[in-house]
Amino acid sequence: MADTAVHDAVAEHDDHGHATSTGLSNNKLAMWLFLGSECLLFGGLISTYMLYRGRHTANLGPDQVWDIPFTSASSFVLLMSSLTMVLAVTAAKRKDDRNTNLWLTVTAILGSLFVAGQVYEFTSFYREGLGYTTSLFSSSFYTLTGFHGVHVSIGVIMLLATVGMILKNRIPGDKAEVVELVGLYWHFVDIVWILIFTLVYLIPA
Amino acid sequence: MSTETAHATEHDEANHDHWSDLSYVRLALALALITAIEVAISYKVDELGAVFLPLLLGLMLVKFFSVVLFFMHLKFDNRLFSLMFYLGLGLAVAVYAAMLFTFRFFGS
Repeated sequence: MADTAVHDAVAEHDDHGHATSTGLSNNKLAMWLFLGSECLLFGGLISTYMLYRGRHTANLGPDQVWDIPFTSASSFVLLMSSLTMVLAVTAAKRKDDRNTNLWLTVTAILGSLFVAGQVYEFTSFYREGLGYTTSLFSSSFYTLTGFHGVHVSIGVIMLLATVGMILKNRIPGDKAEVVELVGLYWHFVDIVWILIFTLVYLIPA
Repeated sequence: MSTETAHATEHDEANHDHWSDLSYVRLALALALITAIEVAISYKVDELGAVFLPLLLGLMLVKFFSVVLFFMHLKFDNRLFSLMFYLGLGLAVAVYAAMLFTFRFFGS
């Protein structure tokens, strides 16, 4: 009986043809595990910022340097990139390569726009005198938002690499699953920004 | 076990089908509207008083879980994926909430 159960479990195939003991895609399971661990990384960075947000010089605190309309526009861009990403995933599930590549490219463009906005924001803060080591507030702010920016940049590289691989037909196995995994990572950077936008920018220090 | 998994997969696929591209567009527009409300609220700190913080945090959580459950398909996917993610999220919230309280009570 036990042998039969083991046999059933091992023989179970996931949606993508690989035999796994859980019947689920190991790649997808690993991606969710990775995203769960990333919660701890960003949790640490966000709470460090919350702890030090009040440790700044009189005229260079959050309420003096933030440009809320500009950051709101950046947030809107990243939110819309989540929509284009999910459209890419649904197109990939329909095996529609043309639309998959189209939406992946649009997502990469929106992500690049967000990163460009962050570079502009950092530059303008620096010109106002807010350097990385100016205060504990500035160090924790640049570390948190910088780490997020690096994650978005890596996401853009993943998106463009996926487009290139689809065009050259170099994706081994299930194409839709690869797009879905990139999508999970991309949505994760979006949900982290949802937290950062409210906790860092909208709640007054 | 395999029969249950097969049923779950069929059920998941059926749920996926209910979400058309238009549904995702509607959800994204709703999230954009919530963002606009959040920004408007941030300019009304004094008027809203004690309601300000819970309202802003509530809207943030609605956006967060909308993306996780629908865009990331966690609502329709296998529960093991939810476990992987929520364990990390719960651990992060618990550890850092404890850390912030510790600094508040024992910090200088």
